[in-house]
Amino acid sequence: MEVKIENRPEGLYVRLCGEIDHHSARQIREQVDSAVEMLRPAKLCLDFKEVSFMDSSGIGLIMGRYRLIQLYQGSLEIINISERIKKVVSLSGIDRLDIKIHSLTAR
Amino acid sequence: MKALNEMKITFPSLSCNEGLARSAVAAFVTQLDPAVDELIDIRTAVSEAVTNCIVHAYPGGTGLITVTAKIYQNGRVQIKVKDRGIGIEDIKQAMEPLFTTGGEERSGLGFSVMESFADKLRVKSAKGKGTIVTLEKYISMQHRQGKQF
Repeated sequence: MEVKIENRPEGLYVRLCGEIDHHSARQIREQVDSAVEMLRPAKLCLDFKEVSFMDSSGIGLIMGRYRLIQLYQGSLEIINISERIKKVVSLSGIDRLDIKIHSLTAR
Repeated sequence: MKALNEMKITFPSLSCNEGLARSAVAAFVTQLDPAVDELIDIRTAVSEAVTNCIVHAYPGGTGLITVTAKIYQNGRVQIKVKDRGIGIEDIKQAMEPLFTTGGEERSGLGFSVMESFADKLRVKSAKGKGTIVTLEKYISMQHRQGKQF
């Protein structure tokens, strides 16, 4: 799992690459949280385009970052959710939270 | 009924083995020539079951997890994930969506994902003795034309 973090004018952009499970979620969480706590961005964007696998640990990861960014009055956006990942996401009900979710558009 | 093929792996309850477990089962099932989505369903369900053992079965330590996978007639795959840990006190409660004792970072969706990604789910647990999660998945026929099983 690779985490690429960019501090952009509109907020913190995080590109996740690889497999998200309970093992890799810990490392992602540590990296994202330390950047959020340091920069306190108005927006946190998690890009799932290069995520090849995700189980429910990814939902815990999204919900945990949502709670964190809310502490700083920021917003969370998750983008490029593939059909496969959407299957897990749709079970979670996180679409009922105030999170902007963008699916990966078919090309 | 006798299995046509079977495999078994045992590993310590370390989180770095989650990837190993789901990949090993997926590699084993590949001989049935499953559709990509079927394989992802299996990988996801196995990942959830194994993660449950790693997070809950052996609090404060590690123990062994055994994963067996068996192939039966008509593309039926049965996967058992077994631990000898503390067991689940209230299986019904543990299986409720969003219920978790795993702390803030756990979604409580493990069993919900297993239920929706596998065709059958059975949980057997005895306090202090361990837990066996049995998952079943049928690999569709159209992908197995001319295949051995």
